Amino acid sequence: MMLDRAAREKLVRGLANVVIEHADELTSLDQAIGDGDHGLNMKRGFEAVLATLPGLADKALPEMLKAIGMTLVMKVGGASGPLVGTFFMELGKALPEQPARADLVAATDKAINAVKARGRSEAGQKTLLDVLVPVQAVLADGGDARAIAAEAAQAADRTTPMLAIRGRASFLGERSIGHMDPGSRSASLLIGAAVATLEFEAGL
Amino acid sequence: MSNSSSGNVGIVIVSHSAKIAEGAADMVRQMVGNAVPLAWTGGDPEGGLGTNVAGILEAIEVAWSPAGVAILVDLGGAETNSEMAVEMLTEDRRARVVVCNAPVVEGAVIAATESSGGSSLTAVQRSAEEFYA
Repeated sequence: MMLDRAAREKLVRGLANVVIEHADELTSLDQAIGDGDHGLNMKRGFEAVLATLPGLADKALPEMLKAIGMTLVMKVGGASGPLVGTFFMELGKALPEQPARADLVAATDKAINAVKARGRSEAGQKTLLDVLVPVQAVLADGGDARAIAAEAAQAADRTTPMLAIRGRASFLGERSIGHMDPGSRSASLLIGAAVATLEFEAGL
Repeated sequence: MSNSSSGNVGIVIVSHSAKIAEGAADMVRQMVGNAVPLAWTGGDPEGGLGTNVAGILEAIEVAWSPAGVAILVDLGGAETNSEMAVEMLTEDRRARVVVCNAPVVEGAVIAATESSGGSSLTAVQRSAEEFYA
């Protein structure tokens, strides 16, 4: 997978724009079963990431991912800052500058474990892990870009009938059933945007 | 934010609401005066309801004591952001900061009272966490 500077910038803009464009949707999902700040928080974080361009894309891929993660940690302002930020930072620590697919499989596995530790959570609790874990499995099984993007969207949909065990939504108990998890939705949007860029630019 | 010079364990209060954090700090001061290093933080980076890592790091700095710092938090994001902040400290400091599993107001008052008597970080954390145990 070759990611030159232009492709890295495109990747960052793709990630940020999809979150910013869907901020209202993320907020309404969070208003249903949480404190209603997920859209605003993620938008704030990714606007801060955009503000670090063009310098951000001058960095090699691992450094760029770590910088994105740190910006999200510092700027998002909710639990999703450390959770999503940790995912990016750990990816940056684990990936080489020009990763092969096997590197991506190994790095996403490490990053998911770091998110589990940060949130003291596992898949099945109606969190972003319910998207990250099944999508990583498709990636590891050799699924193409389309299969990965499709799994991300379907995995987010599958959180709708789930009972929330972690996070603010868990306070609602059974009333959390019937609503899509906002963190799963933002994770699926980010994965969709990443895959679209990587497929086109780097032949994922 | 407020501080005092003392070798006692410092207390940091982290709430989603700056008003709650400040109010809890007022209650701590009423109990222990200036005997304990104390700082509070609340709100997201733009001042809305939420918590933020930069604010927590600053509060730890203000309440820093060689005896360590006990952090009291309210809801999930406050805990996750506090744990993130602790990980970003230098290694020697990281080992001397704990996030207490205790209610933020009661925990802060009890932890500070324990600290004001010169107790260790472990004893301060235990006193806060035993309150509802």
